[in-house]
Amino acid sequence: MSDAIDKPVPFPAAGNISDAEREELRRHGILMTSLEELYNWGRSNSIWPLQFGLACCAIEMIAAATARFDIARFGAEIFRPSPRQADLMIVSGTVTKKMAPQVVRLWNQMPEPKYCIAMGACAISGGPFKQGYNVLKGIDRFIPVDIYIPGCPPRPEALLNGLMELQKQIQGERLTGPDAARHTRPDMPSEFSVPSYGEHDLQPTKNAEVWKPATPLTRSGKG
Amino acid sequence: MEALDQIRDRLLARFSGASVALVTNPGPAAEHSLLLDPAHAREIALFLRDDSALQLDYCSNATGIDWPEKEIVETKKVSVLDPAGGPAKITEEKTKRVEPGCLEAVYHLYSMALRHGPVVIRMRTANRSDKVNLPSLTPVWRSCDFQEREIFDLYGIVFDGHPDLRRLLMWDEFKDHPMRKDYVDPDDFEWEPTPHAGVLDRAKMHYSAPATLAVSAAPQPEVKP
Amino acid sequence: MITAAPAPFGQSSGPTVRRVNDPLHGDLLEVSMGPQHPSTHGVFRMDVTLDGEVIVKLKPVFGYLHRNHEKIAENTSYLSSMPYTDRLDYLCSMSTNWAYAMAVEKLSGQAVPDRAQYLRVILAELTRIVNHACLVGFLFNDLGTSFTPLLYAFREREKIIDLFEALSGSRMMCNYQRFGGCRVDPTPEWLAAASKLVDNFPRFLDEYETMLTGNEILLARTQGVGRLDPKHAVNAGITGPVLRACGVNYDLRKVDAYGFYPRFDFRVPLGEHGDTYDRYMMRILEMRESVKILQQAFKVLPAGPIMDPKAKLRGFRPKPGETYGRLEGPKGELGFYLLSDGTPNPYRYRVRPPSLINLTLLEEMCLGHTVADAVVILGSIDIVLGEVDR
Repeated sequence: MSDAIDKPVPFPAAGNISDAEREELRRHGILMTSLEELYNWGRSNSIWPLQFGLACCAIEMIAAATARFDIARFGAEIFRPSPRQADLMIVSGTVTKKMAPQVVRLWNQMPEPKYCIAMGACAISGGPFKQGYNVLKGIDRFIPVDIYIPGCPPRPEALLNGLMELQKQIQGERLTGPDAARHTRPDMPSEFSVPSYGEHDLQPTKNAEVWKPATPLTRSGKG
Repeated sequence: MEALDQIRDRLLARFSGASVALVTNPGPAAEHSLLLDPAHAREIALFLRDDSALQLDYCSNATGIDWPEKEIVETKKVSVLDPAGGPAKITEEKTKRVEPGCLEAVYHLYSMALRHGPVVIRMRTANRSDKVNLPSLTPVWRSCDFQEREIFDLYGIVFDGHPDLRRLLMWDEFKDHPMRKDYVDPDDFEWEPTPHAGVLDRAKMHYSAPATLAVSAAPQPEVKP
Repeated sequence: MITAAPAPFGQSSGPTVRRVNDPLHGDLLEVSMGPQHPSTHGVFRMDVTLDGEVIVKLKPVFGYLHRNHEKIAENTSYLSSMPYTDRLDYLCSMSTNWAYAMAVEKLSGQAVPDRAQYLRVILAELTRIVNHACLVGFLFNDLGTSFTPLLYAFREREKIIDLFEALSGSRMMCNYQRFGGCRVDPTPEWLAAASKLVDNFPRFLDEYETMLTGNEILLARTQGVGRLDPKHAVNAGITGPVLRACGVNYDLRKVDAYGFYPRFDFRVPLGEHGDTYDRYMMRILEMRESVKILQQAFKVLPAGPIMDPKAKLRGFRPKPGETYGRLEGPKGELGFYLLSDGTPNPYRYRVRPPSLINLTLLEEMCLGHTVADAVVILGSIDIVLGEVDR
């Protein structure tokens, strides 16, 4: 997860009005906002996910959309069948090596701004199927992931929590300046190379520009 | 349903030249099977399907099994006469022989009409490398269609007479047969803090620093940036 | 019963296809439906060749969810494969658990206490209800109702899933059955809650049927669509409700009489036409029969142990041998072929997936129909990709 969502949601109000003054004005019926804030507010409350189920987690994703959990409360109930109309890709389930090129292609077809949630242990790291020869060990090897939701499968509540975290991330995004959001910057890639089927494995097996794992922690001496 | 050895005897009487062997199953389930020779397998399968007493019209399960070459060491005690005239010495003589490997296809047949079964039939290839052909039973039981394609994909048995023999699960460019016992899967593991044997061995190949490995069996938090 | 030999392979059982051999007709159009497609139920792909809107060729493509279940199972012990069986058919983990436990029990010759046998029947039938209710919801999604019947189905599913969670600790991946019994004994409160739910279930079914069964769109879109004739269905190894919809009386609960099913009084619904509508009705009728079984089971559930005291879970090494255990899953015959060489790991572990084999005749069923019908036919076969590709 990026640092942006850990910070409180900033109020990038114009002029020198502090948050307290703004709140005071709001009580008197005067709403002050900035274009950036309004834009992010609108975007974060109408995230349209791609209707794209991979495996077991997809059933919990459907359960999150039904009456009991009701993802519509967060404005994300419109599952789009076409990637061209979607803002959010929920990678819900095991990504196999045979499926990985298709997932990357779908991601490339989605217009910016776009976000990715890796739902479940399989999408994060391969999960229980990690030792399989045809299982991709985490979708973050090929596309950037914004939110990771652990679980096998995660409960619908966990998916809702992940969605709320994503909303916080969107609300904190800047449109201009040095820390502007990815989709506003022309130097950030929007499309990623699609791996091809090799004779023994995918070619390449990972996208080195995207996947930068941490160096492992080591402890000296005997544990 | 008649017993399996009666079926075998009937098959042997009907198909001259065919070899049908009874493979006994030592387990408590005692599901014995018939080993067919590939040359006559399809005729026998047709007979099993259409015979009025059997009517095995339903092939439930078709699967492959890999039997790699096995090296068997046999020790034999041989008494060697002492040329000097003393008592005969008993020495152990070790002989190594390599049991040839094969690929096997197993079919479980039932009868929906007469509600009996299973009759298990199996076929073996000559070896695991170049003579891997077996007759396809898809023309007899259509349910073998996808299952034989799967066996071809994962084990590499080539079914002659299959109408559409392509890989089922892996992509077409794939060269290996991953369910064989000697298949080595591509090594794309990162460092793993889990003590699972197979994963740990893989991790050792990547991170040979001794400090890492001495403690890698102990749980450690994985740090993401 | 069908005894005559089926037509030779390659001769379609479907309706005749309009031939394209004159310049008035345009070119054939090849479409790849899937692996990401809103109505292929997961990552299933069909390579379809179309003449206008009519299907002239359809080839299913598998493997997009091939997660190497069999290879992983051959490298771990018998017990550690149990959680993986949950993820085979992730809508019905309780039945897949039972199928695997039953195959291992057959392999090692273990006995199961009475209470565990009854609990298995109860949980398998609850699973069947969940599966069939959801399937009907998905089928109507494919018909274009946009979610409404599915909302009703998932409302009922949540109730049953809550029971599973209270019993096993997990909503979907129950990991409940063990070799020689079950893992946890349900409390009396759980049994009372489950019994009450089952007693109320026919009301939901009535409500569901009032909305759906006589629906004009359903009748128009499903009657006579995707016909399957029994001769070919038997030869192609089709099992479960899809087979019984064409009138073949083959239910493993009656044929194999496994578990304690012979102790229950229930009927096997059979269809007449083998079309999509019959397959839909089969699910509704089977849910009613399942309710009957459940009501009987709650009445006679005996007290006693739920595990065979001699059962050994850790360090479990069955004697060398092989076996094929099968049961009537909600989707058809679910079988496990196990080959033991005396070590803690199975030498060969194979799942006989009903979803995959029920797709054998998909092309024949779809030929001559439109693309929209193919989606409905696929929906009525009831596949789960975790099981198709394993």
